[in-house]
Amino acid sequence: MSVIEAKSLTLSYGQKPVFSGLDLSVPPGKITVLIGSNGCGKSTLLRSLARLLKPQEGSILLDGTEMAKLSSKEIARRLAILPQGPVAPEGLTVHQLVKQGRYPYQSWLQQWSKEDERMVNNALEVTDMDGLANRPVDSLSGGQRQRAWIAMTLAQNTPAILLDEPTTYLDMTHQIEVLDLLFDLNEQENRTVVMVLHDINLACRYAHQIVAVKDGQIYAQGAPETIMNEQLIRSVFDMECQVTYDPIFGTPLCIPYGKGRKIAKAAVAAF
Amino acid sequence: MSKLEITIRGRKHSFQISRRTLTVIALLMLANLAAIIVCVGLGSQTIGPLGVIRAIFGAGDPSESMIVMSLRMPRIAIAVLVGAALAVSGALLQGIVRNPLTSPDIIGISGGASLGTVVFILYFSHVSIRFMPVSAIAGAFAAAFLIYLFAYRRGITPLRLVLIGIGMATAITAFTYMLILTASFTPTAVAVKAFTFMTGSIYGVSWERDVATLLPWLVVLMPVALLYARHLNVQELGDDVAASVGSRVQAKRTILLFISVALAGAAVAIGGAINFIGLMAPHIARKLVGPAYGGVIPVSALIGSLVLLLSDLVARVAFIPLDIPAGVFTAAIGAPFFIYLLYRHRNGAS
Repeated sequence: MSVIEAKSLTLSYGQKPVFSGLDLSVPPGKITVLIGSNGCGKSTLLRSLARLLKPQEGSILLDGTEMAKLSSKEIARRLAILPQGPVAPEGLTVHQLVKQGRYPYQSWLQQWSKEDERMVNNALEVTDMDGLANRPVDSLSGGQRQRAWIAMTLAQNTPAILLDEPTTYLDMTHQIEVLDLLFDLNEQENRTVVMVLHDINLACRYAHQIVAVKDGQIYAQGAPETIMNEQLIRSVFDMECQVTYDPIFGTPLCIPYGKGRKIAKAAVAAF
Repeated sequence: MSKLEITIRGRKHSFQISRRTLTVIALLMLANLAAIIVCVGLGSQTIGPLGVIRAIFGAGDPSESMIVMSLRMPRIAIAVLVGAALAVSGALLQGIVRNPLTSPDIIGISGGASLGTVVFILYFSHVSIRFMPVSAIAGAFAAAFLIYLFAYRRGITPLRLVLIGIGMATAITAFTYMLILTASFTPTAVAVKAFTFMTGSIYGVSWERDVATLLPWLVVLMPVALLYARHLNVQELGDDVAASVGSRVQAKRTILLFISVALAGAAVAIGGAINFIGLMAPHIARKLVGPAYGGVIPVSALIGSLVLLLSDLVARVAFIPLDIPAGVFTAAIGAPFFIYLLYRHRNGAS
């Protein structure tokens, strides 16, 4: 299990500050979802946690050690990040892609150890991609493609996996497929999952912990059922809504106000 | 799956290579060998395959031996080396900038080498010709350094590198031609030599001067390029993914760029500004063995050699007694094959 912590993180893009003095602790072995409106800094926060962005001040700790003091490969054996909308070179097969996840374990003479082979096969199996291993990534559907990329991060065999909007551009079936996969990875292998999601309701359904980001600050943090309410949605997303409960899962369900057709109560009952 | 890949494992080493890549490499080696035998035999005096073999083993007719060993073989060796160097330089560069429409000639690295050589031809003709490659490689590095400097903004982004490189290539070429044309003191013969160089020619090369100058560069750089294939493979997935799997992206990119520039510089110093190979050979390689660099690098090298061997053969033989610069024919030889590959792959079929 990996513990990721941000300590008084200060980061800016050019002149524009994104965070100043942000503190965050990601619970190990849980699913944490970052939510927030566009441009609030949630992707930047995720990328900082994975050392893809260097903070101007403050530090990121991985299992209590400052990331800046760890080698890139050492970090890569403990934490993997899947960026938003990654693109594979034309013609690269799923197997070739997943193999790249073994990079932090390889050297110039050891490029395909038994352990590499075992981990790649395991990653393909868990993501149900073993039948598609020799297909080019660019010939797959959106959901399969995303699973192939997740398989690559799994081959990295890290206790923690960070994902930036893993369900963007996927239809509903594939969104659920990808999130179910991540849920299983957490349940069965106890991996720490941290991700950015746009869909608040799916976030509530899958996350053990939600971190709501607003203007480069953490507005609220906690289990969805304890923190999710109309007030939070109003402040973080600037939107009026009603929070009720998911009829199947019992997790918070947010129904936005706004315009739309209305059907009489009698007709609803006829469903 | 295991049938498509071959695994080699020892106590301290382990590699995986696809069966397809091995097959393609073997076939291309045979094609190169056949091309070499044809190239040695053909010319203003035709020598049969048997005569060629006899000459190589020192048991032939003295005049035939002279033609084979002193005139044709060095030129063939240079074609193989220059073609391979340009192709690998292009393959690395396309991977570094993640743009398949790039090559050392397009972003000005070959241009820098040409400028270095032309300056040498025009102003240092009294200095020993052995220093010409040094001047070319210095030019290539100067151009690469300027491109890098202008493109640098908290690291190198591939797109900026390409755009600035294209601008740089145009400026350097214009400047080189201006230099040749305005040097009023230039004797015509020197100007013609400079122009021939700008087209790319491997006419009149020798073992001692040219092969001995180029070979050491390739002996060092080619294995390093192959060892760096895995760094390039992760870079191809994007900087974020490369960093996520633990690659020090900027450091590896700088070293890869250095290898690519040195290969291009060395090749241009000996072969002149030969276009097309650096751009097309890696494409042809990718169509044959897929985008993984462990396969792309050796296959590009073999295709580069083959294209330049055949181009130089046409340049040497088709218009006897004229000896046309090989650079004129590289596109004519390589393009039809490339178009055929594109046509065959047009519907994503493999």
